[in-house]
Amino acid sequence: MSAPAAGEKMESQSQMVARLRATFRSGVTVPEEFRRTQLTGLMSMIKDNEDQITDALHRDLAKPKFEAVLSEIEIVLNELYHSISNLARWMQPEYVSKSLATKLDDCFIRREPLGVVLIIGPWNYPLQLLILPLISAIAAGNCVVIKPSEVSGATEGLVAELIPKYLSQDCYTVACGGAEETKALLENRFDRIFYTGSQAVARSVVQAASVHLTPVTLELGGKCPCLIYGRINITAAARRLVWAKYFNAGQSCVAPDYLLCTKAIRDALVPALREVLEEFYGKEPKESPDVSRIVSDRHWTRLMELLKKTAGTVVVGGEANREDKYIAPTVVVDLQEDDALMGQEIFGPILPILTVETLEEGIDFINRKEKPLALYVFSDESSVVKTVMENTSSGGFCSNDAIIHMTLPSLPFGGVGMSGWGSYHGRWGFEEFSHRRACMLRGWALERLNGLRYPPYSSEKLKWLRWTTSPHSCSIM
Amino acid sequence: MERQVVQRAKEAFLSGRARGLEFRLQQLHALQSMITEKETEICTALKQDINRSQYDTPLLELIGIENEIKLAIEKIAEWTAPRPVEKNLLTISDEVYVQPEPLGVVLIIGAWNYPWALTLLPLIGAIAAGNAAVVKPSELSECSSLLLRALLPRYLDKDLYPVVMGGAAETQELLRLRFDHVFYTGSSAVGKLVMEAAARHLTPVTLELGGKSPCYIDKDCDIRVACRRITWGKFVNCGQTCIAPDYILCEPCIQSRVIECIRRTLLEFYGADPKCSADYSRIINQRHFTRIMSLMEGYTPVVGGQSDPSQCYIAPTVLKDVPPHSRLMQEEIFGPVLPIVTVSDMDDAINFINEREKPLALYIFCSNKKEAKRMIEETTSGGVTVNDVMMHYSLSSLPFGGVGQSGMGSYHGKHTFERLSHHRACMLRSLNMESVNLARYPPQDRVSWKTGRLCLLRTRMRQSCP
Repeated sequence: MSAPAAGEKMESQSQMVARLRATFRSGVTVPEEFRRTQLTGLMSMIKDNEDQITDALHRDLAKPKFEAVLSEIEIVLNELYHSISNLARWMQPEYVSKSLATKLDDCFIRREPLGVVLIIGPWNYPLQLLILPLISAIAAGNCVVIKPSEVSGATEGLVAELIPKYLSQDCYTVACGGAEETKALLENRFDRIFYTGSQAVARSVVQAASVHLTPVTLELGGKCPCLIYGRINITAAARRLVWAKYFNAGQSCVAPDYLLCTKAIRDALVPALREVLEEFYGKEPKESPDVSRIVSDRHWTRLMELLKKTAGTVVVGGEANREDKYIAPTVVVDLQEDDALMGQEIFGPILPILTVETLEEGIDFINRKEKPLALYVFSDESSVVKTVMENTSSGGFCSNDAIIHMTLPSLPFGGVGMSGWGSYHGRWGFEEFSHRRACMLRGWALERLNGLRYPPYSSEKLKWLRWTTSPHSCSIM
Repeated sequence: MERQVVQRAKEAFLSGRARGLEFRLQQLHALQSMITEKETEICTALKQDINRSQYDTPLLELIGIENEIKLAIEKIAEWTAPRPVEKNLLTISDEVYVQPEPLGVVLIIGAWNYPWALTLLPLIGAIAAGNAAVVKPSELSECSSLLLRALLPRYLDKDLYPVVMGGAAETQELLRLRFDHVFYTGSSAVGKLVMEAAARHLTPVTLELGGKSPCYIDKDCDIRVACRRITWGKFVNCGQTCIAPDYILCEPCIQSRVIECIRRTLLEFYGADPKCSADYSRIINQRHFTRIMSLMEGYTPVVGGQSDPSQCYIAPTVLKDVPPHSRLMQEEIFGPVLPIVTVSDMDDAINFINEREKPLALYIFCSNKKEAKRMIEETTSGGVTVNDVMMHYSLSSLPFGGVGQSGMGSYHGKHTFERLSHHRACMLRSLNMESVNLARYPPQDRVSWKTGRLCLLRTRMRQSCP
């Protein structure tokens, strides 16, 4: 519910949606200038409140300031600059190639706003994963209901406080609440729903959307495999792996979930990981300001259960503290495919390493599981990289690094299969929140040419028609 | 039974044989042969299903299919190639591109009104994108479905592209199984059920639905030509076209002229008794015949109105001064009945359209280009044709699809390929140049933190340069 002014009745969810719809109908969000002003307002919101943002993120996730700046502030500002500078171009009608029959017509694709869209954000990057889709939704000319995650409560509160101060309250509203409120919200009709989160909840989102024939974007997760094979610079690989895995205490949808490699590589890798961990976080990671915490007791318990149930051996880390929701950067080896750690997306600072003998075995292992959001391969041999890429599928793919592929706005960010539908970032986000309307403007002339299609029919007419509608006929002109 | 067919298609897909470009080209050429060699049989089947004239079938379905196959054959190498994207400073020495990939097994549920186009156009895209596809034609166009089931396995890979027959029950069974994409053409009511069923497996869907496509005639346009074009679009296939102009909006002062022009055009097209014209189709079955007839209850047509249930024949019919709240204006007509609703001016027409669900198509007849553009800007719809009807469907470079209740997703030409592919973001880095990466690693003392920030700032400034 949006915050009421003193003495005013609290607006119900359906009233809020109706209000946004009325605003949308007025056409105010359509002009480029309006969209640009709102995006600029969003930029001021981030820049003016950086300290409050990093503070809220620290309260929610013990997020180190540097991580917050990199993965929540800078990436958002980057996307804002990118959208603001490209908006005019994205909004232009796209003229398309024509056939002979349509040679004299204006044929183009118009990008139009969808209407009132709903964005449901997750708790792990509570600002980025809420604001990045918001940027695209605003750029595309929509009104937006913004639903931050209640699990990252401090950020939720800050978003609810700041958005109305910087953006038009008639067009963009923050709706707070838990599972019950979200369920009720989903009963309303939206023109698109953008959901980031788990597969289980995604199913109920789609079911609710199907009642209204609302298109959805699903940014889900899964177990992102990381295959290490062939000739490899172990130290460099270890550094990138540790960064990607333990960033945000492993609570990233694109974190490498588990490793697959030969025994020999594993034996070289484990000491390298240990060394890099010490380089990054010191001898006592618990004391390092650069180590995050688990977001909630429930998730901390879930992860500790996995550690308890695993049949593998903890070779690095394993220490934990309930009060602090702390789990040390941990590495587990000697486990099998049916291990507890392999049954669900880990979403924590625990890295299982499973061994395979051949590249084929690694690829088959990956293909036995659902298509992941990201797939990583570390190898100095380009043939290895190519083989893995061509024999697997995933939302995104990165070789010799991880996570970094999603920081480039020119690449689409999204899943496939169980890891999601649709994509966003940069122009991809603009398209995701737009309707591509096919437009053909004809003239009054050439009615005789048109006459070829009218009854009474003849085979002569048909012959001419074949020629004029062929996609190649324009090359004759 | 369906389970086995789908399982076989999955296994065939996993074997990898649908991936090679040569294979996809060979299948497309085979499909082309099927259309060319069996044109007569296809036309006959449609004559039996819906009394479609032998010219209408090539015009409305086969020419379009052939053009799409030709386009796919010509462009497939270009479409499947990796697409490099703009890089920033951090990724300047990396290979960064988007790679289109097959999704897996696509389920294509066709409709009965254009049984060949509505199953084969998605199939062409599915093949071009490297997928397997289970094709489920509509049981209502029985002869066409039986023919498709007989022909497809003779020309295409039997395991990768099976045809499954059946009605609502069999379709429900199919939808319980897991696909990688479901492509459905049909009604909004069933579209909801398809999306809901697909939700169980988190399967993405394309829904090509319908609705009431409005047709606005401005008083200052060439009414005679407008009515010729509208008459063609409305009564072809006996009005059973998802993008047929469903109803007309015009000012009262031109209503009589519109009616007169339509009457004259109908005479020219189908003669004095359309029932005797070889070029006039029939309603698909009794149920739809009864449905359309009941919509007209209580109204006296100004043109047509005759019917013959034994032949499922309904004459081309026009009704004037239809009230906006009548039953005729509540549901998609999908038949040869054309209501005219009067509005006071273009703005009134715009409000009328915007008060209703987003249609699959919008038609605007107006000589003033500026005004036509204004109407486009103040409304929305799947697609729009100005000064004609349905033609935006025929240009494959335009995406064809709905919005809101009229559907989600689009296809035709390259758009089908894109819709039935996964666009995989690929970044190929090397383990060198580690110094560039150092700024992002902990521990974050003040010095390296500032450097890291600066590095990203540089990226951003570069991107904001036009």
